[in-house]
Amino acid sequence: MTDLTPVLSATWGSPKSWSIDTYTKAGGYGPLKKALAMEPGALIQAVKDSGLRGRGGAGFPTGMKWGFLPPDDGGPRYLVINADESEPGTCKDIPTLLSAPHTLIEGVIITSFAIGCNHAFIYLRGEVVHVYRRLMQAVREAYEAGHLGKNIHGSGFDLDITFHAGAGAYICGEETALLDSLEGRRGQPRLKPPFPAVAGLYARPTVVNNVESVASVPAIVDRGVEWFTGMGTERSKGMGFFSLSGHVTRPGQYEAPLGITLRELLDLAGGIRAGHELKFWTPGGSSTPIFTQDHLDTPLDYESVGAAGSMLGTRALQLFDDSTCVVRAVTRWTEFYKHESCGKCTPCREGTYWLTQILKRIEGGKGTQADIQQLLDTCDSIAGRSFCALGDGATSSIISSVKLFREEYEAHVEQGGCPFDRSASALFEYSETPATEEAHA
Amino acid sequence: MTATADKSAAQAVETVTLTIDGTEVTVPKGTLIIRAAEQVGIEIPRFCDHPALKPAGACRQCLVDVASPGPDGNLRAFPKPQASCTMTVTPGMVVNTQHTSEEADRAQKGVMELLLINHPLDCPVCDKGGECPLQNQAMSHGRPESRFVDVKRVFEKPLALSSEILLDRERCVLCQRCTRYSKEIAGDAFIDLQNRGAMQQIGTFDEDVLDFDGYRPVGAAAEDEAGRAFSSYYSGNTVQICPVGALTSAAYRFRSRPFDLVSSPAISEHDSSGSAIRIDHRRGAILRRLAEHDPVVNEDWITDKDRFAFAWQNLGDRLTRPLVRKDGELVETSWPEALAAAAAGIRAATAAPDEDEEAPGAGVLVGGRVTLEDAYAFQKFARVVLGTNDVDARARSASDEEQAFLGSQVAGTGLGVTFGELEKAPAVVLVGFEAEDEGGVVFLRLRKSLGRQKIVTVAPYLTRGAQKLDATLVATVPGREASALADLPADVRETLAQPGAVIVLGERAAEAPGTFTSALDLASSTGARLAWIPRRAGERGAVEAGALPGLLPGGRAVSLKPARAAVAKAWGVEALPSAPGRDTAGILAAAAEGRIGALVVGGVSASDLSGDVSAALDAAGFVVSLEVRRSHIAEAADVVLPVAPPSEKPGTFVNWEGRLRSFVTAIRTDAMSDHRVLDLLAREWGVELGTGTVEAVNAELASLGAAGKGERPAAPKAKAPRPSRAVKGTAVLATWHQLVDEGALQEGEPYLAGTGRVAVARLSRATADALGVAGEATISTAAGSIDLPVVITDMADGVVWVPVKSPGSWVARDLRVTAGATVSVKGAA
Amino acid sequence: MTYDESTLAQLEADADAIIARYPVKRSALLPMLHLVQSVDGYVSPDGIQFCADQVNLTAAEVSAVATFYTQYKRRPNGEYQVGVCTNTLCAVMGGDRIWDELSEHVGVGHNETTEDGTITLERLECNAACDYAPVMMVNWEFFDNQTPQSAKQVVDDLRAGKDVAPTRGPAKVCGFKEVSRVLAGFEDGRGDEDQGVGAPTLAGLEAAKRQGWTEGSK
Repeated sequence: MTDLTPVLSATWGSPKSWSIDTYTKAGGYGPLKKALAMEPGALIQAVKDSGLRGRGGAGFPTGMKWGFLPPDDGGPRYLVINADESEPGTCKDIPTLLSAPHTLIEGVIITSFAIGCNHAFIYLRGEVVHVYRRLMQAVREAYEAGHLGKNIHGSGFDLDITFHAGAGAYICGEETALLDSLEGRRGQPRLKPPFPAVAGLYARPTVVNNVESVASVPAIVDRGVEWFTGMGTERSKGMGFFSLSGHVTRPGQYEAPLGITLRELLDLAGGIRAGHELKFWTPGGSSTPIFTQDHLDTPLDYESVGAAGSMLGTRALQLFDDSTCVVRAVTRWTEFYKHESCGKCTPCREGTYWLTQILKRIEGGKGTQADIQQLLDTCDSIAGRSFCALGDGATSSIISSVKLFREEYEAHVEQGGCPFDRSASALFEYSETPATEEAHA
Repeated sequence: MTATADKSAAQAVETVTLTIDGTEVTVPKGTLIIRAAEQVGIEIPRFCDHPALKPAGACRQCLVDVASPGPDGNLRAFPKPQASCTMTVTPGMVVNTQHTSEEADRAQKGVMELLLINHPLDCPVCDKGGECPLQNQAMSHGRPESRFVDVKRVFEKPLALSSEILLDRERCVLCQRCTRYSKEIAGDAFIDLQNRGAMQQIGTFDEDVLDFDGYRPVGAAAEDEAGRAFSSYYSGNTVQICPVGALTSAAYRFRSRPFDLVSSPAISEHDSSGSAIRIDHRRGAILRRLAEHDPVVNEDWITDKDRFAFAWQNLGDRLTRPLVRKDGELVETSWPEALAAAAAGIRAATAAPDEDEEAPGAGVLVGGRVTLEDAYAFQKFARVVLGTNDVDARARSASDEEQAFLGSQVAGTGLGVTFGELEKAPAVVLVGFEAEDEGGVVFLRLRKSLGRQKIVTVAPYLTRGAQKLDATLVATVPGREASALADLPADVRETLAQPGAVIVLGERAAEAPGTFTSALDLASSTGARLAWIPRRAGERGAVEAGALPGLLPGGRAVSLKPARAAVAKAWGVEALPSAPGRDTAGILAAAAEGRIGALVVGGVSASDLSGDVSAALDAAGFVVSLEVRRSHIAEAADVVLPVAPPSEKPGTFVNWEGRLRSFVTAIRTDAMSDHRVLDLLAREWGVELGTGTVEAVNAELASLGAAGKGERPAAPKAKAPRPSRAVKGTAVLATWHQLVDEGALQEGEPYLAGTGRVAVARLSRATADALGVAGEATISTAAGSIDLPVVITDMADGVVWVPVKSPGSWVARDLRVTAGATVSVKGAA
Repeated sequence: MTYDESTLAQLEADADAIIARYPVKRSALLPMLHLVQSVDGYVSPDGIQFCADQVNLTAAEVSAVATFYTQYKRRPNGEYQVGVCTNTLCAVMGGDRIWDELSEHVGVGHNETTEDGTITLERLECNAACDYAPVMMVNWEFFDNQTPQSAKQVVDDLRAGKDVAPTRGPAKVCGFKEVSRVLAGFEDGRGDEDQGVGAPTLAGLEAAKRQGWTEGSK
């Protein structure tokens, strides 16, 4: 049994956990002082050595990303925090910021110092107003405590943080779309190259990091590289949040070493909803191909999940038990991608428009066997063709579910409707009435 | 000179060699795969890609398979097809397009299918049908039948983005060429992507379309003073670059099928740029005009005037037969009778009334829109047949200083500053020249260098066009340009000292005494080059041809004997008239006073002249008009000789660069060129003018060549005027033409007119307060007045700006003054 | 433009404060659109023009941005934006049913506002609270673990003018305009207000404790 490793979440149970006092009493901002005494290059090296990989989904090595910045040319360079947590199933950065925003602030200061940035930005999705309150307050507290501003703690290092609320667009989680959005534009992904490290925010060298990645930095500085590399697997080091949601007894945030399995996590979380069995689940959010019971023992690290045909993503484990119609689940995800497609490229914009119609037809019992093949063909015209990964993500659940549950699609076609009782999968009791069956459509 | 530049550049270019579909190709480093493929004749389908726009990678139609050598030298394939419009070539890269890669072909077919699922099947009624990239590629790459059985996206159609530009949203493939063009090239971001995802669409801020609650806003950042959307002078280019039938023009919509049209190359008659255009016509009628790609002049773009203003020549008042006044009425007649009547009339009107009285002379007024050959014929006719130097092609403000400048610096100097050099100039100072209003595609060239070029404009205020160039304003009261140039800030002088810097003088430089002199001083002290960019298409040609009172062909001065002798010899005449000629205003004044008995007028709009044209026409004993249409002057003439519009004749416009822009007959009609008509008319005097054909004129021009030593006029030396004391209740008039206005060649095109800017009077806050003006102003002179809404503008104090010839603001006709005049301004009642 | 002088002056002062946060003016556009919503209750055409003037854009460029993001409303919004998450996980856990019953109860559909102007209903996409499914958001405050009954009660209380507390968040849900001002980046002093941490947020910590982990252990 793998032990959980609360690090970022360690103080979440403390009274007024979000305040700078609570955070400081628990040792917060100690790592900052330690970092400010170090050479920036040594900090970058430490993060490289720690093997920390981006916690926003892609898993790109964080230290390497920092190292891509070109040499200082005297002009500004920026750190931008991606707090646009929107991937369905992903719900780790929001509680982090609500309960312990200073973990991020301290990480931002250390990271900025390491990469030579004097102006950092935190881009928070706009639909979480209390989180924004806590974030703004934390930034203010950090200024008041002298952790931000000019000549921080006599180090000669200056840093300002600008907080920024988005306005409702999933695509802004894509780092170049986020940069465009932060520049006051439509959040549509940019052409790469140039990569943000070379020409990012305001066409200046920019590092874009996820909340959890940067929030992990103070602990690495504090406890050392070996402590961090002591957790996780060969190429997936350290701890991370595993966000369990859905048909699970105790859903929530489980901070554990990478490589833990769903079976272990379910043990800790009280198992699947009583009286039911796990049917399918996403290892890393709705953009990752779905898994089944067969993958209960797949180590949840980048390599093992990849080898099993999916992606670790944001470790957003959405669990669905046997009461759930997979066609319904996939249809709804596809509607989401259609809703969130930015519209820039043809495959994603038109493809999700088409997929949604086919899926709704199948789910509503008006599909044909040919439609199932059309789904796969249309996915083939999107995956690997779209401008950014959103298009690929839109096809993941479709392709994987047709592969794993083709007979369920066929059942919808054959029976002329959905064979499942929706009320059975809800977490509260109700009886399905025919009128409301159609109401959602 | 550009050839050498290109050559030296080519030597420095680093190249990359790669393989596309098995063919090795070497291209400059940084070339996109799609361009490299074009080099070897491999066409990769595309929609969003446009060579003049930054890569977008949006449509994904151009996906190809790519492999490139890794660090170990072994070829490594990209895991998925790459957009060839965004990826640059690398050494040893291997590209397989749809021709050689099944994967690329499948990817392209998939994208094509997706592009078509929401596309309407209205090709039979679509303007683009027959010349549509989507249609063509659907035929070559698409499925014969659609697999899409669901609900298509539908929109209300069409949306009028402006009176001219219409949008059928359901046809749009969202390639964003139009919005990218509008932002990157024209600088007019009046359209942008609206909404998101499947509902994304191109559009203006239109509350109804976007479902906003409220009313149409008007404010400082609104599209123009009228709050009108998409009022861009260059909007028509979006129609041309649209790869589908989403953007259409109101003028052409449903008018024709491309395969029914005959296309002829031409040169636009609308400004001095000499933009290459294509005229599409059917059974003698022009249906539309398009930009032709001309890399050295207009690149891919033309103005909306170039594109849409062609109705003027086929309006109901088109002249097809000669007219002779009989019993007070103009009646149609034969050519022989008309020519005889014209000659007889001129002879009679220029005969001395009595033996001891001086014979009144004849004068020739030429509009600035005629071709080089026509201008040459007019001046030769004046000098050889009529024996006068009273000939002027400057139907606008003109000065002797300007003439000295043109004679000494411009005429017969060949290719001067070019478009390319203007684009590359590190610094450009604009004087008496609003690039967007008066320069046509010159503005686009300057804007192309945005961020790489320092632009300074000597003007009363920073126009929106100048703002789009990020220009620095040297706020100047009209008439005081010479002093402004003399007193330029040190940093501006420094930028002008950089190699390649240019000072641009517009036609309005002639309105401000001392400007040419001051500009020459500035050029010689800084090393900057000078470029004269007049507004009208025929201006430079007229200068070359010598259709100015003091200039003979090739920049020879009338006042210099060797110059006259050289021309006389070439023409085979004993001598040329030596008496100094009068300019346009002088000719009109002399005619009004009875000192000129006969006028020959070609291509002049009376309403462009601030002089009293009616008085001159009334007083002159005999008026011969060479015109395309029954103009105001034609109506007052005694003999009217119909001539051909540019599309119906061959000829040459000399553009501002000094580049010869020759064109051939696009539409064959009976109409004759001015030079041919003048050749025939000269025969009535027994003179062989030798201007019967374009070839004859050009041969003669070539043999004449440029002015030799001692034949050119001296450079001007004019003084800047002293500032006059401000008089209470008055302001100094600033005025110039808007590109889209009520000019004669824009008549008959209401859709274009609808995109013109609303006429306003501009005053600074201080000036408006001092004058007690708010809301609406009355600007007046002794001759008349104009009422216009006031827009408070950050501008030179003591100045009022109004457009020259926009709806409700006809300065020459109604105020009879030009820029720099003092006018009274008061609040309108 | 129809803003009265004092409104305009306040808007301009706020806009200046927003612009001052960024090295490049245009970055202020998103918060400025939130600011417009805090004054007009939606992104009004006046507000579009105001923003265009502030950051030197055309109205088309501003509406291009305003119509891209779902939080910007084009019609006067209800005092309370009530969103029911109907993305897959919440929908399956009961969000669909909550939506159906709530929509029927309130009498308006997606992106529609009740006649009294109190409630605008919306079908939400994932709001990053999946461990609290099914989730409802009222003016972007968390209402976790909802049932049709609890959701209807919240809306009834809001319509009755009662203060309603979210399950996680401040002491009460503020009005749409007030919340929009917060999103424009202006603190409202409610950051310390709290309804307690939810069980899912602490689930891992509790489990770790059961495993013997203690705070401060490494």
